[in-house]
Amino acid sequence: MIRPGKRENKDPDGARWMRKDLLSLEELSREEIELVLDTAESFKEVSSRDIKKVPALRGKTIANLFFESSTRTRTSFELAAKRLSADIVNFSSTGSSTSKGESLRDTARNIEAMHIDTIVMRHSSSGSAEYLARSIRAGVINAGDGIHEHPTQGLLDIFTIREKKKKIEGLRVCLVGDILHSRVARSNIWGLKKLGAKVTVCGPPTLIPRGIETLGVEVCYDLDRAVQDQDVLNILRIQLERQRGVFFPSIREYAAEYGISKERMKQAKSDVIIMHPGPVNRGVELAGEVADGPQSVILDQVTNGVAVRMAVLFLTTLVER
Amino acid sequence: MKILIKNGHVVDPKNNLDAAMDVLIENKRISKVAKSIADKADQEVDAAGKVVCPGLIDAHVHLRQPGFEYKETVETGLRAALKGGFTGVCPMPNTSPVSDSRSDMEFLLGEARRLSLIRVWPVGAVTLGQEGKELTEFGELKKGGAVALSDDGRPISNSNILRRALEYAKKFDLVIMVHCQDEELFCGGCMNEGVVSTRLGLPGIPVEAESAEVARDIQLADLTGGRLHFCHISSGKSIDLIRQAKSQGSRVTAETCPHYFHLTEEAVLHYRTAAKMNPPLRTAEDVAAVKRALRDGTLDILSTDHAPHSENEKDAEFDKAPFGITGLETSLGLSLALVKEGVISLKELIDKMSAKPAGILKIDRGHLSPGAPADVTVFDPELEWTVDKKEFESKSSNTPFLGKKLKGRATDVFCDGRWVMKNGKIA
Repeated sequence: MIRPGKRENKDPDGARWMRKDLLSLEELSREEIELVLDTAESFKEVSSRDIKKVPALRGKTIANLFFESSTRTRTSFELAAKRLSADIVNFSSTGSSTSKGESLRDTARNIEAMHIDTIVMRHSSSGSAEYLARSIRAGVINAGDGIHEHPTQGLLDIFTIREKKKKIEGLRVCLVGDILHSRVARSNIWGLKKLGAKVTVCGPPTLIPRGIETLGVEVCYDLDRAVQDQDVLNILRIQLERQRGVFFPSIREYAAEYGISKERMKQAKSDVIIMHPGPVNRGVELAGEVADGPQSVILDQVTNGVAVRMAVLFLTTLVER
Repeated sequence: MKILIKNGHVVDPKNNLDAAMDVLIENKRISKVAKSIADKADQEVDAAGKVVCPGLIDAHVHLRQPGFEYKETVETGLRAALKGGFTGVCPMPNTSPVSDSRSDMEFLLGEARRLSLIRVWPVGAVTLGQEGKELTEFGELKKGGAVALSDDGRPISNSNILRRALEYAKKFDLVIMVHCQDEELFCGGCMNEGVVSTRLGLPGIPVEAESAEVARDIQLADLTGGRLHFCHISSGKSIDLIRQAKSQGSRVTAETCPHYFHLTEEAVLHYRTAAKMNPPLRTAEDVAAVKRALRDGTLDILSTDHAPHSENEKDAEFDKAPFGITGLETSLGLSLALVKEGVISLKELIDKMSAKPAGILKIDRGHLSPGAPADVTVFDPELEWTVDKKEFESKSSNTPFLGKKLKGRATDVFCDGRWVMKNGKIA
């Protein structure tokens, strides 16, 4: 179905990929999202081979540009690029020119001058990925911009749900925790809504952003009520140090009100799946037994992350500039 | 030396003039405003099809000097103002160092005199270094030329300091111009808090960060009897409070800027830093409230809050870019849209851009009475033009209105009887 090196990526339904960048799920159509998921499906098999490599991006150069520390996402992109036979280089902000006052634009243009095809960037400013994409000719993959979006995480979450539930349309998905500061939540909401899921956000009122209902989600402050009829519970990581004190009084109370415990799981549907973008604060937002339990698909998410990122790098890097 | 401005449409709200008339300038002063003046003049201006009004005054600009000369200087700022049809501007004191002493006022007046373009009426800081802790020497500032006091750019969070400032300023009959911002609610926000900030994942500034402080400041104005002026009002909530306060006799005045009746928070979409300013752009309901308040007089005057920034500073991640947009060269064209839309009359517009600002600042300007200093603006209300950064006199071009087609532009400006802009060209 997918032939490496093809300039125009078409799936059998005729959806076409025309973007050099992946900045958000808000900007993608349902067809584009499905194209990424289908492409990822065909790449997933590669990682289980003895020789985990296809020559799809041979000769292409990808740069990981991470201004915020990340192990999981950076490694996932690195593996994805390598399994596509692309060359990948890592830039980290610590000790680099950015800490010497260089602007993001200059940093990126310098990297681009080395003839990089695609830049994968994580940055603490919302909108930085879109800004970068406007400023340079290379492709830009948003690996998390501030509290805006984390589109590949959204895609891998949706991929995992589709794999487990065989569909998205009509499913009930609840995002639990800090919605306000979560780029994962925003990407999930846009992607899931476009594919027809019913989305609920549940968290303390202090961590639900104003006007979130306009995105078509239901808001619930009571987790006991929210868990009852969900097909998927996607538990967000709570930023322990940043939020405590102003947004909620204590870790203890947060865990009591919004932690997924064994007890709370009894009220959930028997076939509910538990997701978490990681890293998990065990015993805070998610009990260890649940994270390791039969309903948890957390490690599948990690596995699928590589396939989804292969799909994204493949589709974007081969678009004619 | 006599200059005769002929065949124009004279609008002088203070003298209740709104008719085809000629204006005669003699020895730097207005000598006569009448129909068909036959006097022989040294120079004549044909103002047919144009509006002739008292010189426009912008009570709120940032000239950036000293300290930020890469953004703007007194010279480039005054040229921008002149191009926009203004005969005088009030620079805010958030310079580096902060303009909080008599010599700082004298520096500005000296620059204006040296440049001989238009007037500068400086605004001195309320507190030393704008730190909100200790009062500046109001008397000295006034002697140096200050016409108002403000810590603009920063709120005066300490209620007691603002109370004392309002009281003490009564001795000098100086107005305190307040930038209303509850710092704790503001909390590092960079755009209006609401649907758009949620979508963009940008930290929001709730309307209440403005209106809560407006409410407090009304109380302090009432408590002290001092003269208080609200800078750059952006929201319906603040307007409701000001309207109520005025109806109950509070001594407060208020301004807004063209961007608050032309744009909503949606202008920020795609992280456009050119639409990043403080207070931030709000919603369509707020825009409607601003227009209503301009019409019913709750908002007394129009200012620009001209806030130049270099391209390097604005070409950045949204949260890292500075707040502020330029406004001097687009203000008249943008504001004339209010007249075209039927929000206010031309006379009311001139009132809000000339006579009323002069009244708030207690300067003898904003009218064409015989004997008044000859500060006169002539503009063509039908002249169509496109906002183009190459044509700016300002050093900066950080405006969300680039490329916008506007109607109405100043053609001739007289300051102190000097013909400083002739047919759109600065003399």
